[in-house]
Amino acid sequence: MTAGSGQHFATLRLDDVTRRFAGKDALTGLTLTIRRGEFIALLGPSGCGKSTALNCLAGLLPLSGGSIWQDDRRLDTLPPERRGFGMVFQSYALFPHLSVRRNVAFGLQMRRLPRAEVRRRTDEAIRLVRLEEHAAKLPGQLSGGQQQRVAIARAVVLEPSLVLMDEPLSNLDAKLRLEMRTEIRRLHQSLGLTTVYVTHDQEEALSMADRLVVLRDGRVQQTGTPEELHTRPANRHVADFMGYRNLLPMRVGRVSGDAVTVQGAGITLSGTAVGTLSTGDEVVAAVRPEDLTVGDGGVPVTVEVVEYQGREVAVEARTDDGRRLHLRAADRPAPGDKITVVADPARVLVFPL
Amino acid sequence: MTRTALRHRLAERGVDRHLLLLLPALVAVLVLFVYPFAYGVGLSFQPREGGALGAYREFFTDAYQRATLWTTMRLALPAALLNVAASVPIAYRMRGRFRGKRVLTTVLVVPITLGTVLTAEGLLNFLGPTGWFNRVLMSAGLTDAPVRLTNNYWGVFLSLVITGFPFAFLLILSYLSGIDPTLERAAATLGAGWWQRFRRITLPLLAPGLATTFCLTFVLAFSVFPSAVLVGDPAGETRVISIAAYHAAYEVYDYALAGAIAVIMGIAELVVVAAVLGLRSLLYTGSTGGKG
Repeated sequence: MTAGSGQHFATLRLDDVTRRFAGKDALTGLTLTIRRGEFIALLGPSGCGKSTALNCLAGLLPLSGGSIWQDDRRLDTLPPERRGFGMVFQSYALFPHLSVRRNVAFGLQMRRLPRAEVRRRTDEAIRLVRLEEHAAKLPGQLSGGQQQRVAIARAVVLEPSLVLMDEPLSNLDAKLRLEMRTEIRRLHQSLGLTTVYVTHDQEEALSMADRLVVLRDGRVQQTGTPEELHTRPANRHVADFMGYRNLLPMRVGRVSGDAVTVQGAGITLSGTAVGTLSTGDEVVAAVRPEDLTVGDGGVPVTVEVVEYQGREVAVEARTDDGRRLHLRAADRPAPGDKITVVADPARVLVFPL
Repeated sequence: MTRTALRHRLAERGVDRHLLLLLPALVAVLVLFVYPFAYGVGLSFQPREGGALGAYREFFTDAYQRATLWTTMRLALPAALLNVAASVPIAYRMRGRFRGKRVLTTVLVVPITLGTVLTAEGLLNFLGPTGWFNRVLMSAGLTDAPVRLTNNYWGVFLSLVITGFPFAFLLILSYLSGIDPTLERAAATLGAGWWQRFRRITLPLLAPGLATTFCLTFVLAFSVFPSAVLVGDPAGETRVISIAAYHAAYEVYDYALAGAIAVIMGIAELVVVAAVLGLRSLLYTGSTGGKG
């Protein structure tokens, strides 16, 4: 630990953090404890409050309510420059008039470190993101991916107690995004930096984070590991976000323990209840496309659209009542084909409305 | 050959036919600006006596005439500098969005619409020996005799600030809003306090704009004429170069000398502008990340 960097902590606690804009709640009662070294993803659609949460953490937005604690030290009353967090912005926010080297050195210079140390640590950070050849260039002369790496180097060179990332990959093309995802994860593992990562991309969040916080309309919907969120979404909104593309409004038929039968629009499905349900309740049955397969004795559907996806094909089909279903098939049905689809009851989640 | 083919062939050579629409404007510029300008320059080389450079020699050998250059510089340089320097902190505070921004901007910019004569009249009434300003000072016992702020250097200087400030302020405000506000936020997360954020990030990105603004307000102030007469001391302290030119042209009817003075005036402005733009070219002048 170098003198002058942010102090490292055991836990960082957000306690009932709330932020209102012009009377409207952008973020309501966010309570979260971040352990040292954790990689947390704040996940949600645009306008869900995830960037607000990040800016509140960084000190760029004052809180309307609640508090932020780093162990026993209250943080939310400190200005951003005194929190000692590193931040990577969606637009990278590189200083356009400073070379890569001076961008990276900026934070170290602000901490008034000795010249030799600034130089050593700047070199190290530039090497870490493999930009040695570009150190003398201005940001405008770099590609998007390179700019992204400068932004990361600039944030991590301070060995901050917490790194905040605001959709850092959203401006990159698909291939680069995958590469940078691995790179960020690699950096996180090798430096052990506690990270809060904001994204709207569930795949990105699932693949990178130790723990996810799903937000919607400023409220936490669910907090958990990628596995927990993937297999046990807490409500239909989380399910929707976690890739349960088939969300069918239905009515509960039989209930026995977790096992329920639901009916609607001429279909009957067996599924697993999430929460307590009783016969006659209006519910939503959620199934991932990959858990709906072609099989005998299932729901009869007519194939409408077939998309080639490598190992399998994605099929959009319609039930006799006109409901759209998304599924995967190993062999390639033709549009207009009549098939029947089945789903494992354990993979059909039934949520109350 | 079809019309499209011609257009495409011209486009290949970088010729856009629509540029031909500029022709009328070009003619107007030639007739109304270039020709009189060239005519004036020509006149300046045809004095009644002393050869081609006689008028210029006359200006520079006459200490009374020569002094107008310095008098004008002494007014225009500090006024332009003050206009830029005062605009920066005000515009900097006003760069974000806040309630009442439009009203405040309007108040700051309104003097543009007043015109120099109205400004001069206001200055005389307000700052004159019997104006409110002096009456307040005297009734408060701060001074026994009225402070002289009109009909001298300060009257003209103040008038230049009043008319020049809105220009400088508007320009600088727009330059500032062209700088991505995220840059300052990024600097804050890197540990920079407000002064360091301003000095290390905003000011370097703003500096080229400040140079341009300085040039424009300087040129505006250098050609000061009405206020130098109305609130100044046109026979002494504020006998600026435009008064000398006016005097030569319309009181002495020495068009050659008037032309020469006008040319000297232009060259003096160009020298200052070139010096400032030369310094500007040493600065970073690329993208500032904002939306412009």
